[in-house]
Amino acid sequence: MATAGRRRPFVPDLLAGGVFVLLGLAFAIGGARYDVGSALRMGPGYVPLLLGGILTVLGLVIIAQAFLGGDQPARELADQERAPVPWWRAALLVAGVLYFGATVRGMGLAPTLFVMTFLVALAGHRSGVVRALITAAGLTVLCLVVFVYLLQLRLPLFGTWLGR
Amino acid sequence: MDLSGLALGLETALQPGNILICLLGVTLGTLVGVLPGIGPTATVALLLPITFNFDPIASLIMLAGIYYGAQYGGSTTAILLNLPGESSAAVTALDGHQMALQGRAGPALATAALGSFFAGTVATVVLALFAPPLASAALKFGPAEYFALVVLGLIASIALASGSPIKAVAMIVLGLLLGTMGQDLNTGVPRFTFGIRELYNGLDFVSLAVGMFGLAEIIRNLERRQSASLVTKKVRGLWLTRKDARAITWPVLRGTTMGSLLGVLPGAGHVLAAFTSYSLEKRLSRTPERFGRGAIQGVAAPESANNAAAQTSFIPLLTLGLPAHPVMALLVGAFIIQGITPGPNVINDEPALFWGLIASMWVGNLLLVMLNLPLIGLWVRMLTVPYEVLFPAIIAFAAIGCYSLGLNAWDVFAIAASGVLGYALIRWGCEPAPLLLGFVLGPLLEENLRRAMIISRGDPTVFVTRPISATLLLLAVAALVVSALPAVRRKREVVFTEED
Repeated sequence: MATAGRRRPFVPDLLAGGVFVLLGLAFAIGGARYDVGSALRMGPGYVPLLLGGILTVLGLVIIAQAFLGGDQPARELADQERAPVPWWRAALLVAGVLYFGATVRGMGLAPTLFVMTFLVALAGHRSGVVRALITAAGLTVLCLVVFVYLLQLRLPLFGTWLGR
Repeated sequence: MDLSGLALGLETALQPGNILICLLGVTLGTLVGVLPGIGPTATVALLLPITFNFDPIASLIMLAGIYYGAQYGGSTTAILLNLPGESSAAVTALDGHQMALQGRAGPALATAALGSFFAGTVATVVLALFAPPLASAALKFGPAEYFALVVLGLIASIALASGSPIKAVAMIVLGLLLGTMGQDLNTGVPRFTFGIRELYNGLDFVSLAVGMFGLAEIIRNLERRQSASLVTKKVRGLWLTRKDARAITWPVLRGTTMGSLLGVLPGAGHVLAAFTSYSLEKRLSRTPERFGRGAIQGVAAPESANNAAAQTSFIPLLTLGLPAHPVMALLVGAFIIQGITPGPNVINDEPALFWGLIASMWVGNLLLVMLNLPLIGLWVRMLTVPYEVLFPAIIAFAAIGCYSLGLNAWDVFAIAASGVLGYALIRWGCEPAPLLLGFVLGPLLEENLRRAMIISRGDPTVFVTRPISATLLLLAVAALVVSALPAVRRKREVVFTEED
């Protein structure tokens, strides 16, 4: 591997390949634990095992490519627009969505929406706590009007955890 | 020329209730599509959950309306902000934004709307003429042919991805694997459900789409502050001069032809159509140096081509059940949720739905011209709503929509998971569109593979000994080889980076 010493491996390719290998192996191993069957009568595990194997191989090829200079267009693109990952903004978005899923049944739509939109609004570039609170309040009302009154979704406004 | 089906369709689409639904879809689509950074695919994905509150016909009509509204909204952002939401609108931005900077945003927007409407009208007739014979041909397909067809569709979708072909193939396979989650159709064995009852029906398609396209896109937009030069003040005088009208006549006609033909191709037909018609006009023009500096032909041709292609890309969807691009994949998902398997049977089993959908696309186009042109000032004002308010609203709408479909908290968790996975993969140079296509087509692929193997008694050569299946697979191999050839790849990079 003479080229590997000359150039650092291309990290995005390494990571992408790594994820493909991991997921490919997971599906292949998982598939092998179901009934695989034969080509004539394929069991539930046949296709996942086959595809998982293919994905693993593809992932390995992508990793190899990373050491051989990487996927060139992607490399150029990465050099052009390397913006940092907005870690905590992304975390707030994900937290908001997860919070919604976890509490919407128990707390009901209104309080859940308020907390969720507050968390998500905090992720904005120009929003402080006060602005996020205002946004959250406004959006909660808007969503309730649109979904509960206009679209007539049967989602309780307040859930069982609040004694309803 | 048998257009009796189209008459039935118009009858369905012109029912007051359906017109209203279509209008709602077009308006919502434009509203979201006009937002910078959110392309048509993300728009349709985000609005998908809302449509399921209606009966199948109404919900598909609404979706078609959303799609057209989103496309139009996307052109508006491309012209006014130079922020194309997807690669086909990037062509419009080349000359459209220049026109806007010169104070001719109005004519640019009018050209986009009128060109799209004309192209949509022609392509609707093309669709009505060619879909029925194709569907009856496809009815003769056996499992082996279907398997080959799906493989071809998936491989062709690599053209959609602007990055490396091998990553696109990996994304397809990952999509196919995610599609195997849930109960196995043949044996009922729950696969990859981790004992969670809520996952028995598989990963929710809407959640995956909303996460991969919507949430991931919003995280990407948060990477940097939105810095866009808004040219709203210059939007006045929508009407075209006589000179403009003469200048765009031929470009619109050529763009429509090009788009109608290329739109049928699985993969990136609409992107190809927009780029090809733009370069064709540039080549035919006596003043090619004006292209890129605000040539009205440079808006008319790609916009017509794009819209014609958007229309004819329904042909493979409605006749073969094969989505030609990511929005069509979303529509397949919507069909399936409504209990309809998209494919050659739809035209006979659900004629009102089939023709109603086709006719409502035309109605949607008409509504766009009638409403959006006068309302352009309103859409432009949408652009002044701060992003800090918009994206929480979008996420809230998507979450409520997804949850209300099945009252299943896991569907909401799946948004978060696929958003994170999608964002990571996009950053590492993997486009999400092939994954979604793989996810949608996965069950179809597996089902037909298994059936074909049972019929052939376990003999895998069945795929290459049956002529139609062999031809389709050969085409798939050819597509794969061609997309990996260095010469073609370089050319494709040129196509996708020409907007700089």
